[in-house]
Amino acid sequence: MVEPEYVESKLKQAFSDAHVEVYDLTGTKDHYKAVIVTPDFTGKLLIKRHRMVYAALEEEMKGPIHALTLETYAPGERS
Amino acid sequence: MSDTGKKISLPIVGAEQSVESTGKSRAEGGDVMSEISGEVTAHGVVLYMKGTPEAPMCGFSHRAVAILTSYGVPLYSVNILEDQEKRQAIKEFSSWPTIPQIYVGGEFLGGSDILTQMHQTGQLEDVLKGALGVS
Repeated sequence: MVEPEYVESKLKQAFSDAHVEVYDLTGTKDHYKAVIVTPDFTGKLLIKRHRMVYAALEEEMKGPIHALTLETYAPGERS
Repeated sequence: MSDTGKKISLPIVGAEQSVESTGKSRAEGGDVMSEISGEVTAHGVVLYMKGTPEAPMCGFSHRAVAILTSYGVPLYSVNILEDQEKRQAIKEFSSWPTIPQIYVGGEFLGGSDILTQMHQTGQLEDVLKGALGVS
């Protein structure tokens, strides 16, 4: 388990000028969805973007977070 | 599509001589990493999942099965719930912390979110066609 505010602050720290939304999907603080919009993703493939997010949450992904659904956008990509 | 991630050294053409590139399964005297390397190169589409295609044990694995089977391509699935050693090893092999994981044509494609988005944009069809010659 990990607090959504903590996940959000870690992601904001990791990415420059980032818009971050974190949703607790199950109410159990271990299944999350994160929406991240940052210029850091510009020109990067999805797989690279997801790797960047996993790297930012490396410790959390080892146990506290069981599932993480990702939506990763560069500015202007979000429909 | 271009580089989607880590390139797998193919045992048949690999110049490097290492245990990891032999593709030998544990039953054949290889280690688990070698076994994974062998699996992803021997089969066009490989899905490391929780459960089986008939009885997926997690929503993300279920979604991955549904998408892949909708293309009618042969699917080689590995139930990591029945193999704790491989469950850890596949995360290391792909440098990816979550399950399911999808390999196409020996290349790591990503997890269920990436599969879903590539399915929606039509990219997945291109990748499968490219790797399998599916019409």
